[in-house]
Amino acid sequence: MYDFNYHRPSSLEEAAKILAGAEEGIPLAGGHTLLPTLKQRLAQPSDVVDLSGIAELKGISEAGNAVVVGAMTPHAEVNRSQVVRSRIPALAHMASDIGDSQVRHRGTIGGSIANADPSADYPAAVVGLAATVKTNKREIAGDDFFTGLFETALEEHELVVSVSFPVPEKAGYAKFANPASRYPMVGVMVAKAADGVRVAVTGAGPSVFRWTEAEQALASNWSADAIAGLSHSPDGLNSDIHASAEYRAHLIGVMAKRALAAAG
Amino acid sequence: MPDSGVGDRLARREDKRFLTGKGRYTDDINRHGQAYAYFLRSPVAHARLKSVDTAAAESAPGVIAVFTGKDMEADGVGSLPCGWVVTDRHGNPHKAPPHFPLVRDKARYVGDHVAMVIAESLGQAKDAADLIELDFEELPAVVDIMKARGSGQIHDDAPENLCYDWELGDSAAVDEAFAKAAHVTKLDLVNNRLVPNAMEPRAAIGEWDPGTEEYTVYSTSQNPHLLRLILCAFVLNLPESKVRVIAPDVGGGFGSKIFAYAEETACTWASKKIGGRPVKWTADRGEAFLSDAHGRDHVTHCELALDADGRFLGMKVDTTANMGAYLSSFATSVPTYLYATLLAGQYTTPVIYANVKAVFTNTAPVDAYRGAGRPEATYVVERLVEVEARETGKDPAELRRLNFIKPDQFPYQTPVALQYDIGDYEPSLDKALEMIDYKGFGQRKAESEAKGKLRGIGLSAYIEACGIAPSAVVGSLGAGVGLWESATVRFNATGTVSVMTGSHSHGQGHETTFAQVVAEKLGIPYDNVEIVHGDTGRIPMGMGTYGSRSLAVGGSAIVKACDKIIEKSKKIAAHLMEASEADIEFKDGQFTVAGTDKSKAMAEIAFTAYVPHNYPEGVEPGLDETAFYDPLNFTYPAGVHVAEVEIDPDTGITTIADWVAVDDFGNVINPLIVEGQVHGGIAQGVGQALIENTVYDRETGQLLTGSYMDYAMPRADNFPSFRVETTVSACTHNPLGVKGCGEAGAIAAPAALMNAITDALGVEIDMPATPEKVWRAAQSRLQQAAE
Ligand SMILES: Cc1cc2nc3c(=O)[nH]c(=O)nc-3n(C[C@H](O)[C@H](O)[C@H](O)COP(=O)(O)OP(=O)(O)OC[C@H]3O[C@@H](n4cnc5c(N)ncnc54)[C@H](O)[C@@H]3O)c2cc1C
Repeated sequence: MYDFNYHRPSSLEEAAKILAGAEEGIPLAGGHTLLPTLKQRLAQPSDVVDLSGIAELKGISEAGNAVVVGAMTPHAEVNRSQVVRSRIPALAHMASDIGDSQVRHRGTIGGSIANADPSADYPAAVVGLAATVKTNKREIAGDDFFTGLFETALEEHELVVSVSFPVPEKAGYAKFANPASRYPMVGVMVAKAADGVRVAVTGAGPSVFRWTEAEQALASNWSADAIAGLSHSPDGLNSDIHASAEYRAHLIGVMAKRALAAAG
Repeated sequence: MPDSGVGDRLARREDKRFLTGKGRYTDDINRHGQAYAYFLRSPVAHARLKSVDTAAAESAPGVIAVFTGKDMEADGVGSLPCGWVVTDRHGNPHKAPPHFPLVRDKARYVGDHVAMVIAESLGQAKDAADLIELDFEELPAVVDIMKARGSGQIHDDAPENLCYDWELGDSAAVDEAFAKAAHVTKLDLVNNRLVPNAMEPRAAIGEWDPGTEEYTVYSTSQNPHLLRLILCAFVLNLPESKVRVIAPDVGGGFGSKIFAYAEETACTWASKKIGGRPVKWTADRGEAFLSDAHGRDHVTHCELALDADGRFLGMKVDTTANMGAYLSSFATSVPTYLYATLLAGQYTTPVIYANVKAVFTNTAPVDAYRGAGRPEATYVVERLVEVEARETGKDPAELRRLNFIKPDQFPYQTPVALQYDIGDYEPSLDKALEMIDYKGFGQRKAESEAKGKLRGIGLSAYIEACGIAPSAVVGSLGAGVGLWESATVRFNATGTVSVMTGSHSHGQGHETTFAQVVAEKLGIPYDNVEIVHGDTGRIPMGMGTYGSRSLAVGGSAIVKACDKIIEKSKKIAAHLMEASEADIEFKDGQFTVAGTDKSKAMAEIAFTAYVPHNYPEGVEPGLDETAFYDPLNFTYPAGVHVAEVEIDPDTGITTIADWVAVDDFGNVINPLIVEGQVHGGIAQGVGQALIENTVYDRETGQLLTGSYMDYAMPRADNFPSFRVETTVSACTHNPLGVKGCGEAGAIAAPAALMNAITDALGVEIDMPATPEKVWRAAQSRLQQAAE
């Protein structure tokens, strides 16, 4: 780890100010991605701004027909939350299966989506549940948030404040874990809401994406039969030592069916 | 009566300190004034070094010294030796290219040691390493072992990258047998390369004392005396009397900590170079992946011939084994004397021929890893037998039974050099079949199929050879060391006992098991026995722990030392009770005059030995005996493991539905520890068969599985609850009748699991049976069924 200045501000404004003033500032959430990167000397920020002292980034609440999760909320809390469990059980279930117990108690939703790992779980929830990401500058629709491999719509020093998930009628998540990392090799969130059906896929491509063909099929017939004959094309999907694009494409179909079964 | 003797399921006494964070590992040790070493490693797999410019690094903040291979060369530092000379088919010794702790001309794998930076802090050492300028000419990387012989040469003195082309057995006799065969089964197998992944990464502190001119080396070693011998006699040219090696608590080794490595050598050497400050190095996990000696990595073609009745007529095995970029300490012996000699398995196969070619590649060195050669042999034999049964429509269990060596055939001379002293294979098979409900498998398969799942069952009737010995024989086969063990049993005046053993415990529970043996043998309370190991300054010269040798060899040395204690004690007891020595009987800690009720307790004798006021003439005071034990033969644990799997054809996920193991380890001292060893072994074997794999990029030689993000380690939820039992045919040639249990699980498991998976799939696949491979095979199987 290279040396850096450490800050722990207590408000968003203060955090933004420090980041803006730093030569190369970077926010720190749970640190489960950032700290290993620093330890391996893959990044050399001048200033690290720890967000853990900012009260407005924490906690889970209900606002109208949505569940709002603060950026600094760890996965374990999302899993435990009675609000999440009763309103969006698929989200609570997703959170329960991220990493291991230590990861779930440190890793945060803000850190996860800001990092935009192509094989992270939460992107499937943000897109699949048509969430809105609130930052210290604006609101970004879930569909517009993830722009590519480890890339998001966030501007420099823009901070995720919370994620607002509209409560769906039904939703289910199924994950095929990579045997080594246990990140999703393919994770599928299916959801049915007033404004339509969504099928969001993470882990399979360079960034989370929607399987529109399946969405259309399910819109008219919410059942496994509707997607039984569909198969996703392997074109453009990830291929690595763990799984070929073809296998990932196949798993999208299987996981979609399992997510659907979980959604009921 | 002894409190806690042989056969008791005692919880391991060492676990209290391990589980409460009070274990003391090498990295927990901090020496006064210590400096930190960081190794600049080669970023490429194969390159000729043109220059290593260390000037900027040397003047960086906190830097004490920067060393390269040139500095070591100037100082006369030697090469890390390979301690086993394998003689090839033409009578020539294997090619033994030099393995310098810091490279001199070329870097030969990603992670090879280019320079060593020593600084006041690790951070400063790393900062300085960033400033070293490397100028090198990159050469094509040799990665694929089957192409190694036709690729660019890695070492000047190893043409075709061939280390040796070795054979065992009678090739002509095997050809004859095959000519008469009713059926021949042929298989191509890959034994996948593994990273050992001990929980504690390697670490070392080298410390030279300018006053006494003595070195102290703290190291994560499985055999501190061997490390001392290699450092002194081969690499650094030091008197052993001036070097003390301490291997304190060591968090797992699995073979990877047997070897002498560049890092501990360099730390020891460098401490003197910088004037005597201790130099500490601890591997991070990434370095462990890159530079620990890896395991396995064979490609094999094998054939088994049967007569019309199903009797094995002969076996042919052709293996190419990867040595990596350099020969690690015992690399050459693993695919030869620890592999081909086991190809008879539990069977009466009359003729066997094995040809093994060992090649160099631009990958980390490969050496012994839990089982070392024997898992590879079992994998060949047990996959062949299973496939043979399928091809000929025979029941795999009955085909094995038919070919088992029968109890009355022992001692049994195999066609591949070993002579098994004893074994009784059918009871293990019968018990295992009963435990798994072999007869009910068809029903369970039908139930799985009704759920859309595939089900398979697989056996592995493994044998291993433990406690490699005797010294004269291994010497004649090329070993550079003796393979005996030592023990000192020292009574203290107040009746407690300190046992100094040459075995080293790094997870095996010796502090418990050995104390049970001594408590039973001497009839004293278990709590009065202390086991000391891992310090050349405290124990007699010993050979350490590997190859499941500790109890069979080290335990036998302890028993011999106890015998000497008893012998001497009898003299003292006879004197105290005014009886003839011949009339003294020893039982349960009491010396009794035969036929009387006169007796003396062990503790009284010990006290008398140290306070010899009333003492026999001509007997030395003290009760402190040392014994060395050189076994007459290997021991031959054997058993049967049965795995049952259920496969989800939609995803390719394999679930292990059940696992039974029936092992014959001879006599068992502590069943709890033995079961733990079996569980751990199975876990590692399952890891190999199901998910573990070491992948180097075929073009660049970069390690693609260099962290747990990509190298899959088995976790608890990969396993069912194992059901393990034992049978006993006691070893005939050691005093405890024990055989060894540390590797059995890892030896038996891969074949059992792959036999089960391929049974379910009806298609051959190689390890690891990753979900994608299994899915593809399941799809082709289902397609075939549909057609
Ligand atoms: C062993 C292990 C297993 C894991 N398994 C999984 C898994 O199965 N599935 C999965 O999805 N994830 C997994 N993770 C990732 C983990 O769950 C976290 O989501 C991830 O590490 C990022 O969250 P964090 O809070 O630790 O962020 P940090 O590491 O602190 O930050 C990550 C990045 O986001 C930026 N950042 C953080 N907070 C904000 C913010 N509010 N606004 C803007 N930028 C911000 C940081 O600057 C940094 O660049 C695993 C991690 C580990 C270590």
